[in-house]
Amino acid sequence: MQVLDENGAVVKALPEFAKERTQIIELYRAMVLNRAFDAKAIALQRTGRLGTYASSLGQEAVAVGTAAAMAEDDVLLPSFRGHGSQLWRGVTMVELFQFWGGDERGNDFARPRQDFPVCIPVASHIPHAVGVALAMQMRGERRAAVCIFGDGATSKGDFYEALNIAGVWNLPVVFVINNNQWAISVPRSAQTAAETLAQKAIAAGLPGIQVDGNDVVAMRYSVEQALDRARADGGATLIEALTYRMGDHTTADDASRYRDDADVSHHWKLEPVARLRSYLQQAGLWTREDEESLLKECAKDVESAAQAYLDIPGRSPESIFDHLYYSLPAPLAAQRSAMLAEQIPDA
Amino acid sequence: MPEVTLVEAVNMALAKAMESDDTVMVMGEDVGINGGVFRATDGLLGRFGARRVRDTPLSEALIAGMSIGLAAQGMRPVAEIQFMGFIHPIIDQVVNHASRLRYRTRGRLTCPMVLRCPFGGGIHAPEHHSESTEAMFAHIPGLRVVIPSSPSRAYGLLLAAIADPDPVVFLEPKRIYRAKRELVEDDGKPIPLDCSFVLRRGEDLTLITWGAMVAETIEASEILAADGVTCDVIDVGILNPLGPNAILDSVSKTGRCVIVHEAPLTGGYGGEIAAQLAEHAMMSLLAPVIRVTGFDSVMPLPKLERHYMPTANRIVSAARKTLAYS
Repeated sequence: MQVLDENGAVVKALPEFAKERTQIIELYRAMVLNRAFDAKAIALQRTGRLGTYASSLGQEAVAVGTAAAMAEDDVLLPSFRGHGSQLWRGVTMVELFQFWGGDERGNDFARPRQDFPVCIPVASHIPHAVGVALAMQMRGERRAAVCIFGDGATSKGDFYEALNIAGVWNLPVVFVINNNQWAISVPRSAQTAAETLAQKAIAAGLPGIQVDGNDVVAMRYSVEQALDRARADGGATLIEALTYRMGDHTTADDASRYRDDADVSHHWKLEPVARLRSYLQQAGLWTREDEESLLKECAKDVESAAQAYLDIPGRSPESIFDHLYYSLPAPLAAQRSAMLAEQIPDA
Repeated sequence: MPEVTLVEAVNMALAKAMESDDTVMVMGEDVGINGGVFRATDGLLGRFGARRVRDTPLSEALIAGMSIGLAAQGMRPVAEIQFMGFIHPIIDQVVNHASRLRYRTRGRLTCPMVLRCPFGGGIHAPEHHSESTEAMFAHIPGLRVVIPSSPSRAYGLLLAAIADPDPVVFLEPKRIYRAKRELVEDDGKPIPLDCSFVLRRGEDLTLITWGAMVAETIEASEILAADGVTCDVIDVGILNPLGPNAILDSVSKTGRCVIVHEAPLTGGYGGEIAAQLAEHAMMSLLAPVIRVTGFDSVMPLPKLERHYMPTANRIVSAARKTLAYS
């Protein structure tokens, strides 16, 4: 599935939303912001002001296109590379910086309140998505769950188990594989002998489709179609979004140990932000001034979010006992007191 | 007031909870038309329908993971894992998600779910059907581990577990599922999840246990009573978080303690209790704390399982050893 080819040429009829200037610009803006956020996060990490961070460089269309297809009251269950989706859905950059900076308060985002925080243990959130979808189905709601995970996740049992039940119970859920071709150092070719990841849906009795994951229009359109079907009791869909991890796995990784720069360079010709920009320019929807002002605006927003994050006062150490249980059990109250009595001064 | 077995009390509590709260639902392998392999969910499908009583595929990690999604959405899933030998695929979900969803979202998302599982040996079951790995779960912060040892406690504790706003692993001692009947009023009354149960009162020795071993432990206390030795017998009931007050009070009085569990010795939960006694009751102890447990071997197949599991005689021998210290 592709709407815009790698040069930004329209190869399939534009869906309605893509004919609206404001809507398509909004997608572009979100991808540019996602990229600026990633760059700032890495800069903060490199200067000791953020923890280990997983960049989504090159995969912005998967994140933004998926989130843009969702209704506000759908529920997103992202993996650790879903920043662009979270930002689109209303999680703030300050909150994301806060989480990746090592403070769980960043997961208590002001909205969307029912979305899950990012999932670090690969694939383990896919079963949660079918649970969320089952709750929606049981209550007769016209809502759906959307779960994003990487190609690496498709080798895990959690993935198969969740797809299987989604098929059996016809659950309103959309599974999106961000197939960025790498599970850290293990390439897609070494992960499975299956010809596509989408075909893994067949065994679960689900439709599985491949989408150009660098084409944000195709991404949004495909997820919208799948969500429409899910809300109309048509069941689940598996979407394999084909993209490429342009950066390291995380800031703790050095991809030059296991892949050639030449491979990466090739993918710079396919990446999603330049592609949509080409389209916008060709369609006369975007000028150099527009571009400059957008970059300036994103840089300013990211900088002010970073500053706001850095200004957040620390949490009290004893707050590690808060929200562990609904109310703190007595034996833990003793540990909390012991901690208070021996508080370590800040370094 | 019905006279029920432990497994019937579980069934009664499930029905009561489903009756009073629409969000309570039951799921697992064979829990529907078959009523569960031990019949714990018998009749629930007929009473509450297939929407709320769901047979799942054979998929333990999914059962736990799906429960988390349901719970985060405000449902109260009560999932059954058929045997403890099959519970281990869910540990990832329990450690990484169920137990910490509230914590990692600072209370935004919560996980009020119950994972029920029959545990322990002694019923001549096939391989992988007799394990007691409760200590693994007791080691997980944010989780509750609850083990009933009588019909009335099964009823009250399960109701409390279902009503609890946090995840609970509820381990049912299957060897005593039908060991005896007890009058249990179906009054919907929960037993708070912060207590242990003093089953016998005495002066000379404290016997501590949980689950099916309560039977052997009481038997041991009766043998000792014939010798004029009286025991406190404490059923711990809630392993995590452990409220040690009844244990400390008792050992402060008796100065002697034997801990009994079916699980292997090393890293077993008895070690935690012994450590707490060493820390908080050192000056009251008149003798070393002794553990009578399963051996640090694999839970054997039925031919040898009776040699593995603690017996009343082993408990009595340990008790006599502690009593020999003056």
